[in-house]
Amino acid sequence: MSYLQIRNVWKTYGDNVVLEKINLTIAQGEFCTLIGPSGCGKSTFLRMLMGQDTPSKGSILLDGKPISNEPDSDRGVVFQKYALFPHLKALENVMLGLEMEKSPLLGKVFGATRRKMKAEAMEMLESVGLAHSADKYPSELSGGMQQRLSIAQALVKKPKILLLDEPFGALDPGSKADMHVLVQGLWKKYGLTIFMVTHDVKEAFELGTRLLVFDKVRNDPHSPNAFGAIIVNDIKLDKNKQKNMGEDHVGINETISE
Amino acid sequence: MRLINLDAGRFSPLLKILPFVILGLIYWIAADARHAANPDDKLLPTFEVIADAVVMMTTEVDELTEEPILFTDTVASLKRIGEGLGISVIIGLFFGIIQGTLPIVRSLLSPFSAAISLIPPIAILPILLIIFGLEEPAKVALIVIGVTPFLIRDTQQRALEIPEELLIKVQTLGASTWQIILRVVLPHVLPRLLDALRLSLGAAWLFLITAEAIASSEGLGYRIFLMRRYMEMDVIFPYVIWITFLAYMMDLMLAILIRKAFPWYRKEK
Ligand SMILES: Nc1ncnc2c1ncn2[C@@H]1O[C@H](COP(=O)(O)OP(=O)(O)OP(=O)(O)O)[C@@H](O)[C@H]1O
Ligand SMILES: [Mg+2]
Repeated sequence: MSYLQIRNVWKTYGDNVVLEKINLTIAQGEFCTLIGPSGCGKSTFLRMLMGQDTPSKGSILLDGKPISNEPDSDRGVVFQKYALFPHLKALENVMLGLEMEKSPLLGKVFGATRRKMKAEAMEMLESVGLAHSADKYPSELSGGMQQRLSIAQALVKKPKILLLDEPFGALDPGSKADMHVLVQGLWKKYGLTIFMVTHDVKEAFELGTRLLVFDKVRNDPHSPNAFGAIIVNDIKLDKNKQKNMGEDHVGINETISE
Repeated sequence: MRLINLDAGRFSPLLKILPFVILGLIYWIAADARHAANPDDKLLPTFEVIADAVVMMTTEVDELTEEPILFTDTVASLKRIGEGLGISVIIGLFFGIIQGTLPIVRSLLSPFSAAISLIPPIAILPILLIIFGLEEPAKVALIVIGVTPFLIRDTQQRALEIPEELLIKVQTLGASTWQIILRVVLPHVLPRLLDALRLSLGAAWLFLITAEAIASSEGLGYRIFLMRRYMEMDVIFPYVIWITFLAYMMDLMLAILIRKAFPWYRKEK
């Protein structure tokens, strides 16, 4: 059950204590949504899960082993922006991860291997509804399309954990709703373990199976950086959501009000 | 209507050639005036004299090389500048990328290449002449020394400006350092390097002409400085225009290359 273990993790930047004694045990397939005031360390937390940053104290274990301290393909990521390679068309953006696995020397494959890979990437593009835009450059896509492409790009590597940092923050309500359906579907289909930071409380409740609320509880007015944020609330949203979601007769709202 | 919202419309092509026409006219009037005062004036040769000189330099075979001098000079100069810029691009790309991508190499080489780039290349010319004599490498080397430090520094900067998110992302896709350089850094840096190369063309021609003026027996710069001794303005003027034209064409070709080879580059912004 304890797929990801976060043991007494602290993060400080100089004198600035950002996070304090974070302890968490996350099961495989959990969809954690993270909320909290701006600057409280949510992105910092994700960066540590990703290996982009290391805890100042404490440890993070994945499957019982300490996680690697640089980003790797165990952990996929989707940022709010800047997540796509501008020189590659949509399909090539998705293929990139596959190509680099197959071809250590050139990072590019040719011939039959390429055709097979293209088919696989195309399937991924289809599942995020971008098949018709396969030949477009990222700059030619709308914000929502770019974000869907970014998700496809991360998922094609079949990561154990998917980290999303305000992925839909810049989207209009319509595309946001589409993205919710998409992410829910992919989460179930691939059995992903997801961490998603959001400022949208409704989104956090609707999507997650577990809601983590970050905030500072102690505050010293004379040195505002002396205390860090902790997880003030750890809410199990609905154990059955994974099973219920997407089935026609059970709507999202019903599930939550149970 | 505000001036900032007013464009030339269909008069645009006309406006573009206007300054050239005016310059030609001024020259024509000035040359005419000087010849009225002194028919043997050499400072501002008339268009007829210049035309004669152009015919001479493009058709009359030089006894030494058995080619017209403009042809010999152009081939010699283009070869030098081509080699010089080619070598500069390769060195600039290599060091720019490793300095921009690998923090260890950056610590090692970045201050060094910044210092090197402050050496005035012309001050090195005597050293080059001592080492290479009047042979070709001296001229090519001056261009390389003059242009490469800028290309290295610019390329390093371009590599450093790749958004961190992209570098994180590609690592989560499982890329090694080598693959990151090949698939992310190189494509990002290449069109920008060619842009930097366009900006370097002026400097490259400057160094080429300097080197040719001092140590050469053919080449566009050599010819201009040779003709100076005899005050042969009728040769110097067309040569200067020809050099300008060549530089312009190189710039234009690079611009077209960037557009054709990197279609995503201009869209990105
Ligand atoms: N590299 C760094 N060096 C120093 N301080 C940092 C660094 N990264 C983050 N911080 C500090 O850590 C704190 C938390 O930042 P973080 O980006 O994690 O907040 P956040 O919860 O994601 O906020 P937001 O909701 O606005 O995105 C901030 O006070 C920030 O100044
Ligand atoms: Mg953040």
